[in-house]
Amino acid sequence: MPLGYFLGLSAFMFTVGVLGVILRRNALVIFMSLELMFNAANLVFVTFASYYQILTGQIFVFFVMAVAAAEVAVGLALMVAIFRTKRSIDIDQMSSLKG
Amino acid sequence: MPVIGTIFYTFLAIVAVGSALGMLINRNAIYSALFLVLNFATVAVLYLSLGAPFIALSQITVYAGAIMVLFLFVITLLGAEKLPGYEPIKGHRLVAIVLAFVFIAELVLFFFFRNQVTGPIPLIGPEFASPKNIGVLMFTEYLLPFEVVAFILLSATVGAIMLTKPERKVTTKLSQQQD
Amino acid sequence: MLFQEAVMNSTFSLVPLVVFLPVLGILLNWLFGKRLGEKGIGSIASLAAGGSFVVSVLLALALVQNHEGAHIPLFTWISVGNLDLSWVFRVDTLSVTMMLVVSGVGTLIHIYSIGYMHEDVRHQGEPKRFRRFFIFLNLFIAAMMILVSADNFLMMFVGWEGVGLCSYLLIGFWFEKGEGGLGNAKAAKKAFITNRIGDFGLLIAIFLIFWNFGTLNFAEVFEMVPAVAQTQPGLLMAITLFMLLGVTGKSAQIPLYVWLPDAMAGPTPVSALIHAATMVTAGVYLMVRTQVMYMAVPGAQQVVAWVGAITALFAGLIALGQFDIKKVLAYSTISQLGFMVAAVGLGAEVAAIFHLATHAFFKALLFLSAGSVILGMEHGLEAGSHEQGGHHDDPQDMRNMGGIRKKMPITFVVYLIGALALAGIVPFAGFFSKDEILVAANQGNMPIFVVLVAAAFLTAFYMGRQVLMVFFGDARSDAAKHAKESSLLVTVPLMILALLSVLGGGLNFPGVHTLEHWLEHTLEIPHAAEFILPIALGSLAVALVAIFLAYLVYGRKPLANAKAADPLAKPLGIFFRWMNQKFMVDELYQAVVLGPYKKLADFFAYPVDQGVIDGLVNGMGSLTVSLAGALRKLQTGFARTYALSIFVGIIAILVYLLTRI
Repeated sequence: MPLGYFLGLSAFMFTVGVLGVILRRNALVIFMSLELMFNAANLVFVTFASYYQILTGQIFVFFVMAVAAAEVAVGLALMVAIFRTKRSIDIDQMSSLKG
Repeated sequence: MPVIGTIFYTFLAIVAVGSALGMLINRNAIYSALFLVLNFATVAVLYLSLGAPFIALSQITVYAGAIMVLFLFVITLLGAEKLPGYEPIKGHRLVAIVLAFVFIAELVLFFFFRNQVTGPIPLIGPEFASPKNIGVLMFTEYLLPFEVVAFILLSATVGAIMLTKPERKVTTKLSQQQD
Repeated sequence: MLFQEAVMNSTFSLVPLVVFLPVLGILLNWLFGKRLGEKGIGSIASLAAGGSFVVSVLLALALVQNHEGAHIPLFTWISVGNLDLSWVFRVDTLSVTMMLVVSGVGTLIHIYSIGYMHEDVRHQGEPKRFRRFFIFLNLFIAAMMILVSADNFLMMFVGWEGVGLCSYLLIGFWFEKGEGGLGNAKAAKKAFITNRIGDFGLLIAIFLIFWNFGTLNFAEVFEMVPAVAQTQPGLLMAITLFMLLGVTGKSAQIPLYVWLPDAMAGPTPVSALIHAATMVTAGVYLMVRTQVMYMAVPGAQQVVAWVGAITALFAGLIALGQFDIKKVLAYSTISQLGFMVAAVGLGAEVAAIFHLATHAFFKALLFLSAGSVILGMEHGLEAGSHEQGGHHDDPQDMRNMGGIRKKMPITFVVYLIGALALAGIVPFAGFFSKDEILVAANQGNMPIFVVLVAAAFLTAFYMGRQVLMVFFGDARSDAAKHAKESSLLVTVPLMILALLSVLGGGLNFPGVHTLEHWLEHTLEIPHAAEFILPIALGSLAVALVAIFLAYLVYGRKPLANAKAADPLAKPLGIFFRWMNQKFMVDELYQAVVLGPYKKLADFFAYPVDQGVIDGLVNGMGSLTVSLAGALRKLQTGFARTYALSIFVGIIAILVYLLTRI
């Protein structure tokens, strides 16, 4: 399979993730979009690991997953804490720092 | 092989792109999460085809399994499937979509003009990325990052507990004062 | 022999005590003064000053054995690069002479102050300040001792500034009193600032010395002077003239004398100690100390002599028109300082120091007696019912006095002795010292001689006027009627000083010249003093004529009452009013220097500082505020907008990477 196939797919998934962050108001969906972008990046890592026959790319993916898991844990805890005070997870409501 | 392979990959790509778009477009957060699970599973299959079985299985267990379950759990806990109201920022959506097209166009241009490596990905034997090889590499060369990641996970766990813990002291004090 | 030398050297090493004893007095009074009471405070302060005097006497006795003196190092003060300054006390005949005068007169004034301040603090209604007064007095003695015992210019400058500070503190001792509640504070400020102008000159002189000589040590500098005089006479001229500016500030010479009359706002012992006997002579001491430099440039000597002579005449004229008993003495002090400065300019340093010492005796005596008179007047003011308004209840105005001779006989006698000494009548101290200066002028510079003789005439005349106005005739106010002799604590120091004023001429008695032989171990004496009978007789005649004239004008027909005009006012007309107004010098300075300076300051303060500089600062502030107001609109608070802008940034970076070749 040609390299461009995977790279193109990855680029598209990444763009969808970016759009999700920019367009969606639900903070949880924004989180999911972030995960999608991680995923797109991971795909590129694995692709090049195979292309160059170097295992380091896959190891890196593993680390990305672990850090993403940690990030999700803290992020979701934050969501819960915010929901407690704001009674909403609409990210547009979290605008206390408006100038 | 090429024909079957092309069809196979095309199918997977359509599923992945479709599930990603589904996650983006769907108004219900539960459906978004489920679309994302599908996307993760599809990507896991792609990992398998790229000769990365360990990563593929980690993807299924960590992402599709643990993380997305956590998401679903929080969504149902907060009752935040749907948000009321409409997009409050004028022109935001249009600008974002136009920029997204520009972004993709740029990436494509990059691929054509800046890429020095072309050609197919070589076929890889199962020995290359076996869990044993990954384990050896991780516990020898990448031992320090591994430990650091372990520490990050631990502190994230503690942080999550601290953040969600209800502030009991204040409430008990208030109730005592009311008594 | 060896033993004797050892004793001598150990005597010399006592010299730091002349500074440390007064400092010890300060500390004791400061820490325990509150509990000691007035007697205790006064005794400690007087003992401290007296201790200094005893040490000075010991030093003088050791110097009789060993004329060379000694340098007693205390500690290294500054050692940076090639600047190496140590705190070294210099014991030689000149510094010890000054120490004796300062601590001797100072001790007597301390004792007098116990009696005087006892009355004064009660009259002013602030008895708690008694302690502060003696702390300041001791501080003054310490600073003055540093000044005269310094071995380098910078250490001397420390003392120089120290006495200036004490002068400021003591002029403003009753800082909340005086004209409009501010008069004394203003007088103190005037003294301080005027001195600052002079000190500026002295500092520049010191900088020039260090810059060109590479050292500030007296001996090293003086050694180099002849060589420098050969190569760079202009430099030496500049140094000496800048130093002269410092002298005109401290020793109240034209053009910076204006602070001294106002300094009479301080208590009378302060006027006697600081503003007559000791501090104001620091300038004369400085010039005598640096005589080598002045002798190397005759031009500078000419300037010095003329400044002194003109000051002597000018101040004498003003003194003639004053009515305040202390103001007359203040202008007389300026005039006598002019004599000393002129003597230095004429190369008669010994005469200058001689006059300095005798002047310290009789001027301190005159001031202290005037203080005694004022005390008596204040007493009378409280005893009798006093009239209101104008100068008619001013206890210092001579028009309110008259006839005090009978009320205060001791004060009258000692005052008369002081006045005769000042006027230069034969057996008294002033006659000999003034005569020496006149001889030097006669041999050196005829025009200056004439000016000085005229000044001597005026001296005798205004002293005659003062004595006649204060002590003779009839009492012209209730206060004078009820005046009372002061206590023994006040009069005993007066008697000692009177004795000194009578015998002071013996210091350098014609034919014996003790002081000259004493100082020749330290100073260069170009021509020995001579006693020229015609000049002596002539100056005596001038003084007697002046006193007789004063009798004709003021003695035969005393002022009828306190409101009567001065008999000289009519014949002299506008000239007398001028003298009374001090020739409008203050007003002249106000118009020529202060007014434009204030306008300049106003210009810098209001249009420049408040307009331009504040405008710049405020402008920066409001610019920032308005910029921030515009920029804060960017902060919509929508996290997604921020994400969008990050996205735009990423696209822009990609565009850059794509277009880059």
